[in-house]
Amino acid sequence: MEDTYMNTIIEMKNVSYRYPVSDDWNIKNVSFTIEKGKFTAIIGNNGSGKTTLCNIIRGFIPHFYKGNLEGDVIVDNKRIVEYQLGQLGEKIGYVFQNPFIQVSGVKDTVFDEVAYGLENLGVEENEIIDRVNEILKLIEIEHLREKHPMELSGGQRQRVALASIIVMNPDILVIDEPTSQLDPIGTEHVFNIIRLMKDKGKTIILVEHKMDLIAEYADNLIVIQEGEIVLQGPTRDVFADSRFGKYNIQYPHVTEVALNLQKNGVTLKYVPIRDEELPESISWASVGESAYD
Amino acid sequence: MTELQLKNVSFTYPDGTKALENLTLTVPAGQRLAIIGQNGAGKTTAVKLMNGLLKPTEGEVTVGEWHTKDYTTAQVSRKVGYVFQNPDDQIFHNNVALEVQFGPKNMGFDSERVSLLTDWAMKLCGIYHVSHENPYNLPYSVRKFVTIASVLAMDSDVIILDEPTAGQDRVGLDLLSKLLDELEKKGKTVIAITHDMEFVTDYFSRIVVMANRTIIADDDSEHIFYNPAILEESMLKPPAVAKMANLLGLEKGILTKDQLLSVLKERVLMRGR
Repeated sequence: MEDTYMNTIIEMKNVSYRYPVSDDWNIKNVSFTIEKGKFTAIIGNNGSGKTTLCNIIRGFIPHFYKGNLEGDVIVDNKRIVEYQLGQLGEKIGYVFQNPFIQVSGVKDTVFDEVAYGLENLGVEENEIIDRVNEILKLIEIEHLREKHPMELSGGQRQRVALASIIVMNPDILVIDEPTSQLDPIGTEHVFNIIRLMKDKGKTIILVEHKMDLIAEYADNLIVIQEGEIVLQGPTRDVFADSRFGKYNIQYPHVTEVALNLQKNGVTLKYVPIRDEELPESISWASVGESAYD
Repeated sequence: MTELQLKNVSFTYPDGTKALENLTLTVPAGQRLAIIGQNGAGKTTAVKLMNGLLKPTEGEVTVGEWHTKDYTTAQVSRKVGYVFQNPDDQIFHNNVALEVQFGPKNMGFDSERVSLLTDWAMKLCGIYHVSHENPYNLPYSVRKFVTIASVLAMDSDVIILDEPTAGQDRVGLDLLSKLLDELEKKGKTVIAITHDMEFVTDYFSRIVVMANRTIIADDDSEHIFYNPAILEESMLKPPAVAKMANLLGLEKGILTKDQLLSVLKERVLMRGR
């Protein structure tokens, strides 16, 4: 009991929220816990409330957006209303969905842009330089250090946005569609960075539509539909849940293929969520052998 | 009908950055074409040359009978509509319907044609029910459809989509699929820049691969995604279906889920007999 309590870093109890001008509740009676150090993905179609949920987790609701918030949001054993927004900003790093709006607009180089947050925290100059250099290297954007942030491509901005949050070294990273503008190699690279952050013990909360990557990296899934959590649990269990199909959310490609085969009478050993699992899950080897009987 | 041609085109930005070198491409009227390649390969520069936003430093770009260097961007964009990668670079009205009708109005179409085109484009893009909303109250993915509708409403022969699937969910992908069919029926040329290989294999037969500021391959998807040399040079990854087919030891050329499923069902059925 003591252990579960210690390991929970975010807890929501019966949380509902309505934006100031909204007639309906945007988030409806949501409850979940997120364990420290876990990688949780929030999935659901656009307009289902994913970004709103992120804004609640990082305290932007209720500290910045007003409206009605009911229920309890607890971050690191303290109710979110008891924090100052600045304290939460140090604890929770948030990477925006749209990299075109995250860039501050007040700095002339990528280096200064990434240093901006640390300057605001009053970190000593030499330490800022060291930390920024380390992050530019980690994110592989050293070649952009002297470029103007406004001149970068969408994919480059997305990486700068990620760098300027990671450099702050928050315990929790809330990341909203970090790879929408990136090519496949860039996307994989961002996911590798996120995994690195997880290995450092960070708690990761990610909103993303690329289900193949979620299947590969996420420990747990929260599925949201019209403001309600409709499914949650370990990644494989959620994708394998027969109810998942009715929410019209993308499956990992391999899962879609396997479930279609199952519908056509093929027995699955288990529901595959990664490409490599396909041959085993449909007992492919034995199919091949019996073809030569 | 408008054919697009780029002949030995190079482009250097004013600061000296070379973005394209000796690129040659012909896109016949009514064709559907996907341009793929890493960030920085020159894809966006290439399409900006096609609609006259940029003029070639060397070589020629022709849109139908026009050399783009002899016409203004405003003139060329009547023939070649370009949907920006970032919707917020494009949207400037506080109401969806006003945003969509700006283009056709500005082109001097009569009011009946303006309203027909506006309604057609909003319905096709699934935004008819939010026509009175402020675009900035809509999610990013829906704003992207607002920008697509604004370009479609101009009724240009050629439509360029820059990263249409970015941030789209299943609902948005289904909408794009319907939209491509409708444009094909109308005889429009559609050129899409995309990183989404599933989108490419599902909807495009001709693929242009760019790397290092030029075209390194121009072929159908079976030849692109089963050619390791091209994949390596362009640093592209094959679509998930190709990866699965490879893991199962299936023959080359399988790219869509339907192809994969029909092969697998057949083999499993054979085992049953």
